[in-house]
Amino acid sequence: MTTLHPGYNFAYLDEQTKRMIRRAILKAVAIPGYQVPFASREMPMPYGWGTGGVQVTAAILGEGDVLKVIDQGSDDTTNAVSIRKFFEKTAGVETTTETARATVIQTRHRIPETALQEGQTIVYQVPIPEPLRFLEPRETETRTMHGLEEYGLMHVKLYEDIATHGHIATTYAYPVKVNGRYLMDPSPTPKFDNPKMDMSPALQLFGAGREKRIYAIPPYTKVVSLDFEDHPFEVNKFDKPCALCAAEGVYLDEVILDDAGGRMFVCSDTDYCETRRAEGHRGEMLGEAPAFVSREPAE
Amino acid sequence: MDTLSPAHPHSLSGFARPVAESQSTFHAAMMALARPGQRQTLAASLTPPAPLSEGVAALALALCDFETTIWLDPAFTVSDEIASYLRFHTGARIVTSPAQANFALVGETAALPAFDAFALGTLDYPDRSTTLILQLPSLDGGPPFALSGPGVAGEVSLAAHPLPPDFEARMQANRAVFPRGVDLLIVAGLSLIGLPRSTSIRKAGG
Repeated sequence: MTTLHPGYNFAYLDEQTKRMIRRAILKAVAIPGYQVPFASREMPMPYGWGTGGVQVTAAILGEGDVLKVIDQGSDDTTNAVSIRKFFEKTAGVETTTETARATVIQTRHRIPETALQEGQTIVYQVPIPEPLRFLEPRETETRTMHGLEEYGLMHVKLYEDIATHGHIATTYAYPVKVNGRYLMDPSPTPKFDNPKMDMSPALQLFGAGREKRIYAIPPYTKVVSLDFEDHPFEVNKFDKPCALCAAEGVYLDEVILDDAGGRMFVCSDTDYCETRRAEGHRGEMLGEAPAFVSREPAE
Repeated sequence: MDTLSPAHPHSLSGFARPVAESQSTFHAAMMALARPGQRQTLAASLTPPAPLSEGVAALALALCDFETTIWLDPAFTVSDEIASYLRFHTGARIVTSPAQANFALVGETAALPAFDAFALGTLDYPDRSTTLILQLPSLDGGPPFALSGPGVAGEVSLAAHPLPPDFEARMQANRAVFPRGVDLLIVAGLSLIGLPRSTSIRKAGG
């Protein structure tokens, strides 16, 4: 484990900031789906790199927590690696890539394939928390619309999708209704992940740093993706299983292989894919390659 | 230094490990509201002035600071000690009107004021509401209520004691004005149960 960086408070934020964020989280949990304004701080990373998620994680993290950070399902991409290192340095907490071992999972735009459990908390990084923002730019108006539960505009948007494309063409940040009351943006997760939010045993927290909003879904809460009777909500489907681990029913990323149209589809959840390969599952493009390349010794 | 005699409220200690204990106390409060009715345990060691309990004091110290206001019920205002302790350790402003309070600490729960005496928030800003922290002798032995709603898989029971006789009706009225309303943190000793405004409640077995 990295040694703690001297000179910083535990988990970087000062205690007063943590209290302010914690109070916002308590309101968010009590009013599922409602966006609680909070005094978002400048963080040592630019807006758009997860400052909201980082502030929420810093406010909830305790000494005994085990942290996992994913970026588009991957534990190994820049955003995930740098945030994981940030908390190793400032909080000294244990980190992991294993979904089942983590107590706190900070994510950018995916929910792990391994089902979350009671006692786990997933923290979403959110760019635009307001689902109605691109339909109604005025905060005063969208606030009133939430107050009055006036969400017809979103249904019109989905209907226009059908009128133009023949189906609901929204594939990520697909709007949901939380516990039958608040319209909520699930952050730009693929709509594939929406059903995982419904009645999840894990606590789900959302942090938007630039937009200064925190919202939440408590465990075991109804989360319904908006749709129409004749155009029911459907998740993305894939023609083939993962090319490396042969998993079906998971979300796949397209990887371009050459300039002649070669491509492969692989699990976006790297931990899930590696675990399956270690268990002996082999996809059609794994070839003679070793099933699993062990990671470097833990930092 | 006789101004800091042991009986002086300022000398009564707050958290021994402020960072870790604030976090664990907050975490218990968050899980209490995320899992209504499910008992959480506060692990804090501090010495509040009587009759303020360790558990309620821990929540106040973990959540309050100069940005918040606290209302104390008559049981907690028999002397100035508790207000003085909270002012010293949190910097929070003690208010006399419950409607102005971010947090209300209630020691005599049978005489709990009507919920609409507190801030219920507005439809635009339902978060601008009071969080009630109730200090009870026991989380068991009272008339049982069945809780359901977000955070509850199926139903869970609550039997905290004593609560006002019209508690069920109050909580139903509180649920009816959702998303406005108050949230309750019910504390006995170092045990804690959350009752957010999203929870539905009814008398069990009736």
